[in-house]
Amino acid sequence: MNEQPENLRNFTINFGPQHPAAHGVLRLVLELDGEIVARVDPHIGLLHRGTEKLIEQKTYLQAIPYFDRLDYVAPMNQEHAFCLAAEKLLGIEVPRRGQLIRVLYCEIGRILSHLLNVTTQAMDVGALTPPLWGFEEREKLMVFYERASGSRMHAAFFRVGGVHQDLPPKLIDDIEAWCDPFLKVVDDLDRLLTANRIFKQRNVDIGVVPLKEAWEWGFSGVMVRGSGAAWDLRKSQPYECYAEMEFDIPIGKNGDCYDRYLIRMEEMRQSVRIMKQCIQKLKAADGQGPVAVADNKVFPPRRGEMKRSMEALIHHFKLYTEGVHVPAGEVYAAVEAPKGEFGVYLVSDGSNKPYKCKIRAPGFAHLQAMDHICKGHLLADVSAILGSLDIVFGEVDR
Amino acid sequence: MDDGKLDALGQTIVSALPGAATGHTVAFNQLTVDVEASKIVEVVKYLRDDPNCRFVNFTDVTAVDYPEREKRFDVVYHLMSPTLNTRIRLKAQADETTQVPSLIDVFPGADWFEREAYDLYGVFFVGHPDMRRILTDYGFEGHPLRKDFPLTGFVEVRYDDQEKRVVYEPVRLNQEFRKFDFLSPWEGADYPLPGDEKAGPKV
Repeated sequence: MNEQPENLRNFTINFGPQHPAAHGVLRLVLELDGEIVARVDPHIGLLHRGTEKLIEQKTYLQAIPYFDRLDYVAPMNQEHAFCLAAEKLLGIEVPRRGQLIRVLYCEIGRILSHLLNVTTQAMDVGALTPPLWGFEEREKLMVFYERASGSRMHAAFFRVGGVHQDLPPKLIDDIEAWCDPFLKVVDDLDRLLTANRIFKQRNVDIGVVPLKEAWEWGFSGVMVRGSGAAWDLRKSQPYECYAEMEFDIPIGKNGDCYDRYLIRMEEMRQSVRIMKQCIQKLKAADGQGPVAVADNKVFPPRRGEMKRSMEALIHHFKLYTEGVHVPAGEVYAAVEAPKGEFGVYLVSDGSNKPYKCKIRAPGFAHLQAMDHICKGHLLADVSAILGSLDIVFGEVDR
Repeated sequence: MDDGKLDALGQTIVSALPGAATGHTVAFNQLTVDVEASKIVEVVKYLRDDPNCRFVNFTDVTAVDYPEREKRFDVVYHLMSPTLNTRIRLKAQADETTQVPSLIDVFPGADWFEREAYDLYGVFFVGHPDMRRILTDYGFEGHPLRKDFPLTGFVEVRYDDQEKRVVYEPVRLNQEFRKFDFLSPWEGADYPLPGDEKAGPKV
């Protein structure tokens, strides 16, 4: 570098904010030495909406829709973290059927997210067919979202104390019927990509992260599993009824983009396995019952009761205006979201609004390592690495 | 880990770091250790390297604002130990001028989290090589997550067709910001209820 002639200098380019491979509104300032990346400076915040400030002004119920809009490709996984935090402060446990429905929809969210990531990563490195095939399945899953909550994406389905409504039996049957054909679609994607020469050339040995670095950079989820740690919050710190589910955790050996792709493919298959178990349990006799806590000071009464009982009407009115009062305290609750550990640090002062709600998004920690991972790679590898980090700007910018 | 083990871990940490860790509490099955802001690097290094702790995974840095306190901020760190399979929360008090040492040499992952805490709260981290704003606009003024920062902010932007560029203007609200307050008068509200000020003493 020191022997460069005077008239040679590093070239600085802007990657984004409008770029198909930037996965949203990311502005990367890249300093290039020839075609080698010398420095990456991600500028984020272009999608900053002040979610945490807004949540401080809203009741606990009104805060839930903001979580759909964080990682908008797997909305319910985010709601889950917030509900778990509030439930921990309130000291309540969700009834078993509510837990099963939550787990079922969290796994649907995981497939939604992984489908998007795997296929668009393939698009970033030049393949156009996978997104077309994958998005067809995402469409079917969003219909399941809609049939449960009334909304394709911004569901607001998980509530503090349970889920908003029970699932109709036909919906459970339809989800079950979707599972096996979907495994064939995963196999098709597998055949398209896994052994594909171009895909391998673009991903193998690109963006290698050793495990020690992964931990200290604050990585989680697929990013540490790709580096060889058998670490999954669903197994190691089980929440809801994940402890009774049978599933395997795929881990990588090399910590490169290709390993992370393989892990996501296998996780989709494992998610289907969990979904099938949930459906069996939902149909079994001990899976029947309420989907939310019976305490009407926390969860509103059913509409049918409101027509007959004055007390139910009062509870409903108070919950939808004043909201639930959460006892003072502070708690950190994390879930294994598709992209990694999604945590909510909730501080309550005993009133009906959160005093502080810090959203710890996995993508934020992953994206800050861009400079570290990309240094020394070629310019074309930047988009492959960005794709395998699995970034969604809703959660990075908040 | 159950509460007893967490309590024992907290006691070990506090006794190993006299002067740096000042106390610990266990609540909701989570361990919180109070630390001196100026000694945070020492505490975190111990937690990372001690064979009984191994808190190698950096999780989060944030702040909580209590404007009525003398030292208004709680700087809150979360670390995770895959070996012990447990988390720890470190809390240090700071005000607007306290110089909190940056963790970036211990955990490179603290980089953006500290920038965010600076951006949104104005907590001052020293030793950080690149302390720019991160989430807010280029040239933004103020620290939006402080409790005394209004929800609407101070400036709004629009595209000006005459000047052919985006212009910044003071916020103009066509309708006053409506802050709904539904606290029950007989449970939550500790202020005069709207309308009560009109009632004079009964004669």
